[in-house]
Amino acid sequence: MLDAENSWEQKPVEVAFRSITKRFPPDILANDRVSFEVKKGTVHALLGENGAGKTTLMNIFYGLFSPDGGEIIIQGKPVKISSPREAINLGIGMVHQHFKLIPTHTVAENIILGLMSTSFFFPAEKSEAEIRALSEKYGLKVDPRARVWQLSAGEKQKVEILKALYRKASILILDEPTSVLTPQEAEELFATLRAMKEEGKTCIFITHKLNEVKEIADAVTVMRKGRVVSTILPSQVSLEELARMTVGKEVVSVVPRKTLSNRIVLQLQDVSAMGDRDFPALLNLSLSVREGEIVGVAGIAGNGQKELAEVIVGLREVTGGRIFLEDKEITNLLPRDIASLGVAYIPEERNLGLVGEMSVAENLLLRGYYQPPFSQGFWVDWEKAEAYSEKLISHYQINPPLSDIPVRLLSGGNRQRVIIARELEQKPKLVVASNPTAGLDVSGVEAIHKLLIQAQEKGAGILLISGDLDELLKLSNRIVIMFKGEIVGEKEKEHWTEEDRREIGLGMGGVKG
Amino acid sequence: MVLELILGTLNRALAYGTPLLLATLGEIYVERAGVLNLGIEGMMMIGAFSSFVVAYATSNPWLGIVVGAIVGGLFSLIHAFSSITLRANQTVSGLALTMLGTGIAETLGRSWEGKVLTSPIKSFSGDFLSSLPGGLDLLFKDSNLLVVVSIILALVMWFFLFKTKPGLFLRSCGENPSACDALGINVWKVRYLAVLWGGIMAGLGGAYISIAYRPTWSSGMTQGMGWLAVALTIFSFWNPIYAPLGAYLFGALFHLAFRLQVFVAPEFLNSLPYLFPVIALVFVSRLAFRKKIGVPGSLGKPYERGKSG
Amino acid sequence: MDRKKLTQFHVELSLQPTLSSTVFSSLLAIILAFACGGVIFLFYHISPGVGYQTFFRGSLGSWYAFSETLKRTIPLLLVGEGLSLAFRAQVLNIGAEGQILLGAVAATWVALFSGLPSFLLLPAMFILGFLAGAGWALIPAIFKTRFAVNEVLSTLMLNYVAFNLVLYLIAGPWKGKGVRGFTYTDTFPEAAWLKTMGITRVPYFTLLVGIALAIGGYFFLKKSALGFELRIVGSSPETARFLGINEEKIILFTMFLSGGLSGFAGVGEVAGIHHLLRHPDHISLGYGYTAIIVAWLARANPLAVILTSFLFGALLSGGDALRVSLGIPFQVVSVFNGLILFFLISTEHLSRYRIIWRDKKEVEKNGS
Repeated sequence: MLDAENSWEQKPVEVAFRSITKRFPPDILANDRVSFEVKKGTVHALLGENGAGKTTLMNIFYGLFSPDGGEIIIQGKPVKISSPREAINLGIGMVHQHFKLIPTHTVAENIILGLMSTSFFFPAEKSEAEIRALSEKYGLKVDPRARVWQLSAGEKQKVEILKALYRKASILILDEPTSVLTPQEAEELFATLRAMKEEGKTCIFITHKLNEVKEIADAVTVMRKGRVVSTILPSQVSLEELARMTVGKEVVSVVPRKTLSNRIVLQLQDVSAMGDRDFPALLNLSLSVREGEIVGVAGIAGNGQKELAEVIVGLREVTGGRIFLEDKEITNLLPRDIASLGVAYIPEERNLGLVGEMSVAENLLLRGYYQPPFSQGFWVDWEKAEAYSEKLISHYQINPPLSDIPVRLLSGGNRQRVIIARELEQKPKLVVASNPTAGLDVSGVEAIHKLLIQAQEKGAGILLISGDLDELLKLSNRIVIMFKGEIVGEKEKEHWTEEDRREIGLGMGGVKG
Repeated sequence: MVLELILGTLNRALAYGTPLLLATLGEIYVERAGVLNLGIEGMMMIGAFSSFVVAYATSNPWLGIVVGAIVGGLFSLIHAFSSITLRANQTVSGLALTMLGTGIAETLGRSWEGKVLTSPIKSFSGDFLSSLPGGLDLLFKDSNLLVVVSIILALVMWFFLFKTKPGLFLRSCGENPSACDALGINVWKVRYLAVLWGGIMAGLGGAYISIAYRPTWSSGMTQGMGWLAVALTIFSFWNPIYAPLGAYLFGALFHLAFRLQVFVAPEFLNSLPYLFPVIALVFVSRLAFRKKIGVPGSLGKPYERGKSG
Repeated sequence: MDRKKLTQFHVELSLQPTLSSTVFSSLLAIILAFACGGVIFLFYHISPGVGYQTFFRGSLGSWYAFSETLKRTIPLLLVGEGLSLAFRAQVLNIGAEGQILLGAVAATWVALFSGLPSFLLLPAMFILGFLAGAGWALIPAIFKTRFAVNEVLSTLMLNYVAFNLVLYLIAGPWKGKGVRGFTYTDTFPEAAWLKTMGITRVPYFTLLVGIALAIGGYFFLKKSALGFELRIVGSSPETARFLGINEEKIILFTMFLSGGLSGFAGVGEVAGIHHLLRHPDHISLGYGYTAIIVAWLARANPLAVILTSFLFGALLSGGDALRVSLGIPFQVVSVFNGLILFFLISTEHLSRYRIIWRDKKEVEKNGS
């Protein structure tokens, strides 16, 4: 341990953040006098909850935001970074959480994009040799001529890293890089990071996953509510201590009910459907959900989960097979008819479930405006709607508790509450929830989980599609694994173990358990 | 005989299709950069007007052409400012540009109404034509230097767009401006330049009409060609190499409308060039927009730093 | 948190553009447009003072001028109502000009060739005129829903076709028997004339219908289930699809209605003012295009259209005065139209901001 500390201490400082402050109007202090040092040739984790200010800090470092105060020092020299271009010139590369790639371009075109030094004519073709050499060196295998839309998320990330390396980046920022990867792909990424370290390159690794910090980081800076809690060596703290530092208080988790009935609410029989780009996204998929059961769907994004949700709620055409809600067939019915039969849908894209410009009251009425008690036909009874929305706002604790402000002004968590309030008020038999907690902070996540469990206790069957395996392990009575449009594994358990976790992780990557 | 008829039609198609081609090529670059400019009609009018006035006053048609292109370009900057800097609704801004351009040209053009240019750009001379190998003399009978320049431009602009570094940057800004911004490409600069180029090309197209095709000034002389260019941009699948095909097809259509007047009511024939694109759009739109062939990913969406998309 | 640096007043993005900020930015747009448009006068060697004076005298300076303005307000009001509904659903109907002409054509057929008894003429003209405009608008609407054809292009192209159709009719089959060299139809029988207010040339029937529709349209959008759906489709088509709202139905409905109202306006023009079918430039003074700005300026609010259509009625009659008294071509109206539209969309951002003064205590309370 002392060795680790010594070797880290002795390394030269690559970047120093001094009192970085960033304010978003009107009153949000995203970074409050953030100071810490990153050593050369190390992997430095930046740990914290959503909203802790990690990404804001890195966007400042990358020249996307300008700080209100403080300074950044690279190799002893204070620098002013006011645009990404300046950041790139200083040897900084960034892999964003949402890839900044152009799907219709080739890999090579994406990699050289924005580089002034490439040749004027045939820029993509002329850079291929160098790209291949880099791929080789760091274990980032991708075909430079492939179109980006054909690639998996893991491959896209490799392109992003190649992009930074091609620009001779000596400092690489990775924003939650493992959130789109299978456990096995994550291992490959870590191997690449280690290879980069060997070369004397520095990585700043944004994450909220504690075990990743333990596995890959040489040092970790924990942030909470815009401030630095501490910068320490992971080898010197336990996971529990790290957890306490990030969250600040013990989190009380809700535990779902485990008793089940045998009544089947949802039944899919050999269902097939096409994806957006006209290739099969679902292949003869069969699945059932029982009353009061939470069925988790695990899998890496893009393996048909979105299409699965859409065929059930009627937003995508079923090309083969049948779908039943209790005893009634709902295959290819209109979305509105399926909803009124008792299917609630919490979509992955939050904007999809809301009309941003409309008021909270109007958004709460999006399911009920055309039927009693709110409408007898042509006109809508807006007074009744107003009272209804007041009731829902207080019951679901929507904040601020105003029914007449446009819903786009609410925070992500509160917008999600609006959707859930509206959907669950329909007394659904089945809830289809797609990544319902994506992008929310801890308390927001807990609140949403509680609402889902409440629905479960009232007897609704819940199909929970999530990219977050921890969430699935916490809530599900049963987990199915999706891979390339098929269900490749299924497990039912009272308590999930580390072994289950590993097995499901393998299944997500296409390895049969 | 049949060949001569075809060559004769193509000859007129070249002459008539050229302003369409110029304006379409410009709009392809504008839309490839992610900006929708529906103001082509206005830019063409203002280009036609300014170039006519200069050529009329100086008796130098080439000076007129240059001025038309410059004025068209400057005029397009209004749209650039409102749609790129102010992030206003691009459809409405383009409509406003059309109203403004036609309005200014027709209001100020009153004193030149009906005047004929004594020094227009002439078609190729007989000597030059007879030196061309078989058939080509008929094909280019009514063409002039600008016609040839516009064809070369289509090729050069295709090469530039798909095979060079700035071309790659331009296409990328229309697909994903926030990615470009993160890589240090100045999205605003690229989009401004694209809109400016679109204005120059539309101005050039307008100048061709009033200085070469029909060397007179009359209000409403662009006859909705700017709108046809918007449609042609879709038919070309946003690719300069396909633009001449569509432009000359429309050119041939206008010519046939003129030739068939003896048999059919001229009003019906005059409607054809407007009916045809609507029907053609029926066939092409689904292919282009539903299957996303060529459609720039961020077409018509203003870019604001810090917002995704 | 260090609060000392927080300023006590600041410009903030308001929750929603307030009424006053909307009115302010709209007025600003109009004033800026007039200031810029004044340059035109200089080209005609007219002092802007004289130009503006002529303009206002011709639009609002006398009872006659006022009635001329009112006369031009009516078609703008009717067309503007329809376009407001269409714009709310994000359907950009730029083809009102052609739809007006189709209404006029249908009315002319009823008046001159249907052989209906006199008391049925006017009702039949309005009904058929409405349907003709609506039908004409349904063509691009179906192309949009079925084949994804951009409605801006298709509606606009159809304007040229409608224009040529009228030219064909007045020069060919419907050319009047007693008109010799001119191209227009015979005059309608008097039973097909709309009554006008007193000695003016303002047909009051269409004016009343326009105002009634403005009020009805306002409540339709605000209170009805269909109006609610229309607004959902307009502000977020993805959400509409998610909710299972029939988007195609909404697009067809708004196009039918806006086209129909344009056709209705066209009937009003031939039955109320011209009493015959003539050159399209005379039937509609670009009402179809100007109404786009009328609806935009009203922020697609049907009640506000009453006000904005009057404003643009004044602009059109003022432009006419400039033509008659000062010899400036009528197209100057296009210049003003374009400028107003530009400044409107440019000041749109402005209307979202407001200046807030807050005392320190409140800042601290809200910030925690």
